[in-house]
Amino acid sequence: MIKRRTLLAASAALGLVMGGAAFAQDVPKIGFVYVGPVNDGGWSQHHHESAMQMKEHFGDAIEVIEQESVPEGADAERVLTQMALSGADLIFTTSFGYMDPTINVAAKFPDVKFEHATGYKTADNVSAYSARFYEGRAITGYLAGAMTESNKIGYIGSFPIPEVIRGINSSYLHAKQANPDVEIAVVWLNTWFDPAKEADATQALLDQGADVVLAHTDSTAPLAVLEKAGAYGFGQAADMAEYKPTPRLSSIIDDWAPYYIERVQAVVDGTWESHNVWQGIGDGMVGIGEFTGPIPEDVLAHVTQMKEDIASGAYHPFTGPINKQDGSAWLAEGEVADDGTLAGMDFYVEGVSGSIPN
Amino acid sequence: MDPVLLVASIMVSATPILLAAIGELVTEKSGVLNLGVEGMMITGAVMGFAIAVSTGSPVLGFLGAAVASAVLSLSFGLLTQYLLSNQVATGLGLTLVGLGLSALIGSSYEGQRAPTLPKLDIPLLGDIPVLGRMLFSHDFVVYMSLALVVAVWAFLKYTRAGLILRAVGENHESAHALGYKVVRVRMAAIAFGGACAGLGGAYVSLVRVPQWTEGMTAGAGWIALAIVVFSSWRPIGVLVGAYLFGGVTVIQLNLQAAGTTVPVELLSMSPYLITILVLVVISARGAHGAPGSLGRPFHASS
Repeated sequence: MIKRRTLLAASAALGLVMGGAAFAQDVPKIGFVYVGPVNDGGWSQHHHESAMQMKEHFGDAIEVIEQESVPEGADAERVLTQMALSGADLIFTTSFGYMDPTINVAAKFPDVKFEHATGYKTADNVSAYSARFYEGRAITGYLAGAMTESNKIGYIGSFPIPEVIRGINSSYLHAKQANPDVEIAVVWLNTWFDPAKEADATQALLDQGADVVLAHTDSTAPLAVLEKAGAYGFGQAADMAEYKPTPRLSSIIDDWAPYYIERVQAVVDGTWESHNVWQGIGDGMVGIGEFTGPIPEDVLAHVTQMKEDIASGAYHPFTGPINKQDGSAWLAEGEVADDGTLAGMDFYVEGVSGSIPN
Repeated sequence: MDPVLLVASIMVSATPILLAAIGELVTEKSGVLNLGVEGMMITGAVMGFAIAVSTGSPVLGFLGAAVASAVLSLSFGLLTQYLLSNQVATGLGLTLVGLGLSALIGSSYEGQRAPTLPKLDIPLLGDIPVLGRMLFSHDFVVYMSLALVVAVWAFLKYTRAGLILRAVGENHESAHALGYKVVRVRMAAIAFGGACAGLGGAYVSLVRVPQWTEGMTAGAGWIALAIVVFSSWRPIGVLVGAYLFGGVTVIQLNLQAAGTTVPVELLSMSPYLITILVLVVISARGAHGAPGSLGRPFHASS
């Protein structure tokens, strides 16, 4: 009994010390929540690395807490609540499916600030930030169209959300610029991260005659299968440089670090305000990885020019004339898509076959 | 849609769950419920990959994966059979341990490439048009998994050792009274289940994907557990179940890639619907086929 009491006293004392210590170094606490493991080689890893760059920038002036492999849905709400309770000042929720959990938890903790990636809902203490991945998709799509010999390219979709649908449309439109006969086959997986399923989907697309596959999931499994088959693909979310020079021809690299540094600085300065930003190649949030593999000179020149034009704003990947899948007009000649339509895009453009699952 | 490629893909997709499920079947037949299949698979995946990369031999990778997962499963055996811990809780714990351990071991193998497993081109059989390419041009693990199903079936049905294993699983007190070493039989069954799960995991990381990524088995172990129930504890049922699950996954993806308009959700759902249907039929018949002592703790004194 005495022993137990001593133990209690000791732990109480320890608690005081720890509490005191935490109080003494009262620096802003920044939380990050990831949908996959931080070494998935893609999406989550890149958020994590950007978070680490941000931490390096601030040093001891801030504290970073992370939680990986958090399923979208009810679990996310629990994790976010836990983070908010443990004293986080700013929490980055880095997957589309965290949108509603973020909004719900934010309502309960008005003093905690939240930043949700790739969504569209905001609140007084919730910002939304996203990258214009479709700008990168225009370039990889063009390359896919130029490199396919079977005139069939594959696209591995995760969830049928606007971001992915924009990616499919942008890829197809630009593949068609390079090759008017190109067809696109879309496979939906309903997951962001499942290497075995991603590999199976890649194999299924190859079996159906595709020879270039664009992935919108998080792992490097599609590239592993493409390498074995001698087909082509692209790095997604990360450079995936280990698959250079083939099967990886280029990549869309998400660079979140500058944004993270800017937003954490705002919290440190006390100037943080809710906003909704959408940045692309020009702002540096979307990077295009080195072009590798047997890309012909003229194609290389074209995509390099395209990258510059998109960055400078001279070219918008969704410039009319573009019809919707059912043939109805969407954009007139020279007309450029507005952000509102793009953000909620729920239709395929003309030429893409199949229907979008609900 | 090319049936040759389709059947070939289905066989690749079904092999990991077939291996894990046939191992779990033997474990459960001995009366032990090991819910740690997922943990043992992922351990096999990482160990198989690590060994194959360091030695350059995929065969050694598979062997190493089987040994590593068998050793891991024996820790479950020690806890449940000698220390009489709760099987469900320990099995779930084993999954968590496996997931964590594999992430730790695998961190230095991210982004590396595995040596490829050669496909066996079986002479004569492999030359048969259509069927040859469909069925007889796979790697040895695919054939081994099929042979294993037959071997387990024959072992359980025709051998004395198989009879003892079933006796232990049906009623451990009677088996004990007859003088059989219940705990030893069960430890052997657990190790066999572990080895099979390890092989299944290694097949994912060495052949199906082929690379190491954390968490890459992504629930295959749970499907293997479901298949054992689906089979009502019969090896032939395990074979049907594994090819059904693997088949539906692959067909579903191929239908999408081919641009057909069958609703994806319906196809993804179908194996689970069939499982429920089978369970309903089984329970309506009144004989579910589960071993009598499944999941119950055994101590020689009680």
